[in-house]
Amino acid sequence: MTDAAINAGAGPREQGPRPALSAAEARLKKRYRSEMWFKAQGVAAIVVAMIFLVVLVGRIVAQGYTTFETHSISVPVYLNPDRIDRSALDGVNYDYIVAEAVMKKLNIQDDDLGTTSGKVMDLVSRDLGFQLLDKIKADPSVIGKTIEVTGPVKADADLYYKGEIKRSTAEEDRKLDNQQLAWLDQLEKSGTVKGGFNVNFFTRSDSTEPEQAGVLGAVVGSALMLIITALIAVPVGVMAAVYLEEFAPKNRWTDVIEVNINNLAAVPSIVYGLLGLALFINWLHVPRSSPLVGGLVLALMALPTVIIATRSALKAVPPSIREAALGVGASKAQTVFHHVLPLAMPGVMTGAILSLAHALGETAPLLMIGMVSFVPGVPEGFTGASTVLPVQVFIWENASERAFHERTAAAILVLLVFMIVMNAAAVILRRRFERRW
Amino acid sequence: MTVTNPHALALVQGHAMPTQNRDGGVAAPVIHTAVPQGHGVVETRDFKIRARDVNVFYGDKQALFDVALDIPAKSVTAFIGPSGCGKSTFLRCINRMNDTIPSARVQGAIEIDGADVNAKSVDPVVLRSRVGMVFQKPNPFPKTIFENVAYGPKIHGIASRKDELEAIVESSLKKAGLWNEVADRLHQPGTGLSGGQQQRLVIARAIAVSPEVILMDEPCSALDPIATAKIEELIDELRSQFCIVIVTHSMAQAARVSQKTAFFHLGKLVESGPTEEMFTNPRDSRTQDYITGRFG
Repeated sequence: MTDAAINAGAGPREQGPRPALSAAEARLKKRYRSEMWFKAQGVAAIVVAMIFLVVLVGRIVAQGYTTFETHSISVPVYLNPDRIDRSALDGVNYDYIVAEAVMKKLNIQDDDLGTTSGKVMDLVSRDLGFQLLDKIKADPSVIGKTIEVTGPVKADADLYYKGEIKRSTAEEDRKLDNQQLAWLDQLEKSGTVKGGFNVNFFTRSDSTEPEQAGVLGAVVGSALMLIITALIAVPVGVMAAVYLEEFAPKNRWTDVIEVNINNLAAVPSIVYGLLGLALFINWLHVPRSSPLVGGLVLALMALPTVIIATRSALKAVPPSIREAALGVGASKAQTVFHHVLPLAMPGVMTGAILSLAHALGETAPLLMIGMVSFVPGVPEGFTGASTVLPVQVFIWENASERAFHERTAAAILVLLVFMIVMNAAAVILRRRFERRW
Repeated sequence: MTVTNPHALALVQGHAMPTQNRDGGVAAPVIHTAVPQGHGVVETRDFKIRARDVNVFYGDKQALFDVALDIPAKSVTAFIGPSGCGKSTFLRCINRMNDTIPSARVQGAIEIDGADVNAKSVDPVVLRSRVGMVFQKPNPFPKTIFENVAYGPKIHGIASRKDELEAIVESSLKKAGLWNEVADRLHQPGTGLSGGQQQRLVIARAIAVSPEVILMDEPCSALDPIATAKIEELIDELRSQFCIVIVTHSMAQAARVSQKTAFFHLGKLVESGPTEEMFTNPRDSRTQDYITGRFG
């Protein structure tokens, strides 16, 4: 068929050039074939990358989405004055008072040893007890009355409701016995326990109890730390890049500096953690585990990337703009700050935000400066003890409670959303700045 | 001296015609009485720029050899020559744009009104406000048309009030023959104009700081013939107010717009003189070869 095509094409020609033509066509075909092959390889590479991405995100979502649903219990609690010692409110066993209320709902009595109430206490979060304490402290007149409290069920009970602890598992292999499961069924049937969105996960900070643990402290810690990082790395990095690119003489010293900056960008991040430990904590006595020291360390780490990104953005500005500005008599600084830097700004912004997003996900250097610690609260400012999202993930991943497993995945999702928001901000800023010109 | 080549005569005279027939939108007073009818005018004028023994090196490579040239005030001087002959290099010496090239070294004296531009006391920034420059590729700032023209006056403190700036922008755009085309869109980006309009915008930007000298480095090489004709008209009109130095690859253009021509070859100034004389009766055989198209 191809011969026919060639012959048809070469019909009007002389006999002579025909072999040459077919050789050229064979070559052409070979070239197209290799092009096809390269294209196919490219498509294959993209498919592989997409599969990895889908598997990664899919697994995290599959593992983590259950966190966003949780079950809470609402019970009317009689604040028995006999059980509440007004002189020592903090010492009262509120958990037992709550258990009593739940037992009343279940129509069961406690035995003398307190085994039943103990089993009931395993089903209800201690959060309800803390709520009672808070209410009494706010208004002591509630003692003797019956008040309604709502709070999460214990993580294990929650897992049962979500089907992750199964009745089919042998009783001795699960944390809840048959009796407790029957109670949970009864509570759900009576409407005492209801499923709903897990607000606590976003409004609470870390806790030893999974049902009370949330990411708020870590999110706030990450945000504070990033503010420090941005405030240091971006201005310093941009100015350093502007000086090196626009003003510095090109000599051996600037070459050495350039090579070193490029090398710093490749230094393992844990080394920055060690540097931060020695420099900021041991020498400058910055409070450890604080967003301030974390931000300083990450600023060190982000600096080379910001410098490199800014320099390449400055290099991309056409020389004709510089000549134009110099030609009308602008000074070097005016040329740079009125024309070159504004034109480079989209690139600078993108580079800065991407390096900040990278810093956001960094864990290793923070481990060195004491951020891997249990911080049950929102950080109090830049110098307060704090944790950050990736470290929170690390801590929860190491926790033994099964409920922390799903929370680990959920925290990763929150971190991913944080990063997507930042990257989107980079894109939007880029568009905005480009439109201005 | 008489013009012997009728073709050159046509070129020289031809350029004057559209100038007189131009529509009235351009406000600049063209002093037609002062339009030289012969090259003789060139010699009677004062020299604005005097260059002596100019040598330029890029690193180890010497780009210009002992250039000596006088450039007359209020007229157009064209630099011609094959690529890489040093004409742009010499042009960039006049407003010290070569300072921006780290490896470039300039020796010799270039005087504007008797003052050496390379003297320690001369600030290149001030010099460049007196010696404007127009580049090969139109390079408006990626800002509005108004900001493009107003930028120079703003940074030099020529005008700070808005109405002053507006007046300068309007008169500069009128002088550059662009006002009628852009008056209703001054606040749109200058990069949205056509190539020829951009180049006239750039000329307006250079005029706005009231320079004494305007250097043009192949200003029409990126333009189509119609835009080129407009720029040439403009150059011819501006010469009543400015000393204009133009580098061009087109000998026809040099013949059309300039009163004096300098021919560069391999970094040396081969010959300079009144344009008609250069094109009709070149003294040097290399000039002869170049203008007749035998090389370059």
